[in-house]
Amino acid sequence: MEIGSVKYRIGKSYGFQILTIVLAFACVIPLIAILVFIIKAGITKINWHFLVNIPKPVGETGGGIANALLGSIIIIAVASIIAIPIGILTGIYLSENRKSRLAYWCRLCVDILQGVPSIVIGIVAYFWLVKPLGGFSALSGSAALAIMMLPIVIRSTEETLKLLPDSLKEAAFALGMPFHRVIFKVIVPVGIGGILSGVMLSIARITGETAPLLFTAFGNPYLSTNLTKPMQSLPLLIFNYATSPYNDWHDLAWGASLILLLWVLFLNIFTKLITRKWKVQL
Amino acid sequence: MDTSVENGLVTRSDRSLRVIASAKSPEAIKSRIKRSFRQIRTESVFKRTLVIMGLFMIILVLGILLTLIVQSLPSIKSLGLKYLWGRVWDPVQDIYGAWPFLLGTLLSSFLALLISIPFSIAVAIFLGEYYPKGWLPDLLKNTVELIAAVPSVIYGFWGLAVLVPIVRNLESHIGVEPVGVGIFSSSLILAVMIIPYAASLGRSMIQMVPSPLKEAAYGLGATRWEVIRSVVLPYTKSGLFAGILLSLGRALGETMAVTMVIGNTSIIPKSIFAPGNTMASVIANEFTEADKAVYLSALIELGLVLFLVTVVINMIGKRIIDRFTNE
Repeated sequence: MEIGSVKYRIGKSYGFQILTIVLAFACVIPLIAILVFIIKAGITKINWHFLVNIPKPVGETGGGIANALLGSIIIIAVASIIAIPIGILTGIYLSENRKSRLAYWCRLCVDILQGVPSIVIGIVAYFWLVKPLGGFSALSGSAALAIMMLPIVIRSTEETLKLLPDSLKEAAFALGMPFHRVIFKVIVPVGIGGILSGVMLSIARITGETAPLLFTAFGNPYLSTNLTKPMQSLPLLIFNYATSPYNDWHDLAWGASLILLLWVLFLNIFTKLITRKWKVQL
Repeated sequence: MDTSVENGLVTRSDRSLRVIASAKSPEAIKSRIKRSFRQIRTESVFKRTLVIMGLFMIILVLGILLTLIVQSLPSIKSLGLKYLWGRVWDPVQDIYGAWPFLLGTLLSSFLALLISIPFSIAVAIFLGEYYPKGWLPDLLKNTVELIAAVPSVIYGFWGLAVLVPIVRNLESHIGVEPVGVGIFSSSLILAVMIIPYAASLGRSMIQMVPSPLKEAAYGLGATRWEVIRSVVLPYTKSGLFAGILLSLGRALGETMAVTMVIGNTSIIPKSIFAPGNTMASVIANEFTEADKAVYLSALIELGLVLFLVTVVINMIGKRIIDRFTNE
């Protein structure tokens, strides 16, 4: 009787262990399914022609996604130029002022910003930049994406700098260095690995963001480099063409999906590798 | 090195004490002093810039809230509170009721949560308790984190091309109208997308369970499962709950993937297989088409509700995590 119950308990324990393992590895299946499917559907569409041409009108086969590629790069570059300095400086502020009241509220706001749905940011950017400037523009899209980048850059900067030993800073102060030089010559260079990985993660995140661009950058079927005019971007192109009824456009969207997916995964994996090399905690 | 103190000079400004030593001539000393003052000035400018940055973040968030409130005032004024449970949404007839979208959001998010919880908790237990070290768990951990990295528009496209036909097949087998797109499909996609949030938080919480507690239970003859069920899970339940809350916040605000597979009809969904709309998807679909002031502002009010709900959920989640990690 006793032995039977012990055996039952051990069996139950093993049973649940196996169940946990199965469920845990089942999570990977959708990711692999998506990867395999998109590689299969997209790889045949990608060639040189696909990368350097703009989409053809409905009915003509061929065409490429050059406008979306260029647009994505421009919009992300402008967003980074806006967000990275602000993000890093705010991160420095938060790590230098851990107890002040302003820092508490600032930290709270960063937390809030991190959870704001991207579509809401799109609405706000519409009223801040699209309406006053009189039309959809790439610049407003960049601003919306910059707002999405901020919390990630700030958090990673703050967390990285917090971990640095105080003795580093004290040693620099003891040599008579002024505060800004201590920050830029000692603290930031030591923590650059963590800061950079935060920046790259944020870029990876906004590369795939579509919702804020719907009402800001809007999309444009032609090649455009004008920041004050609508601009196409990869996720927008995928959304518009994937929901269209035309097969040619679906093909373009599959190719674009593959490029977007590879780019985002590359950024993420690369970031993981450098985080491991620099031994930073995120 | 020449460090004579006799032609050294001591300057004092706010809290920093600086020694300027070993200057060769009075001019050199003067230029040193000048440089020192310049640096002190730059220092205070820099400190002020940092404070301004901190203020900027607060202004940014308050600005977002204010913009949403101001822009949704027309609809709050003309439609009032009953807007939220109005059952009909018909902009052509000027009838605005948000209940179909609230219901669609709640249904799809909670269904997604229900589907994803067993998986995310399994990942958390697997990585936190059974196999915290080794290359295979490492691989699993990184792969699960990559799930969060895939852009939502790609989930949507994949869902549209692969998942929707499967769901349609399933629907025709169980005897409901086989549309494919609908709340069930979007819940499935959402469930996959939100697994990493609860999983990674749950893992770090489970790893924080003090080993004396577990060892005591093992010492009493508990099996591995009994330790997990009666020591690890009760100890981490608030942390796991916080992780689930954060996933819920993600699911509520998710736009693109849902928009692509939910079917986009503004009729109250009759079952979980029916097409519908969520708050985020109706904004994405109709925002640029809204031609009347009240229509636009009704959509923005949905955005405001979405903003407030996600803020509250995230704040509660963060509170729980903070309390847990400080204990």
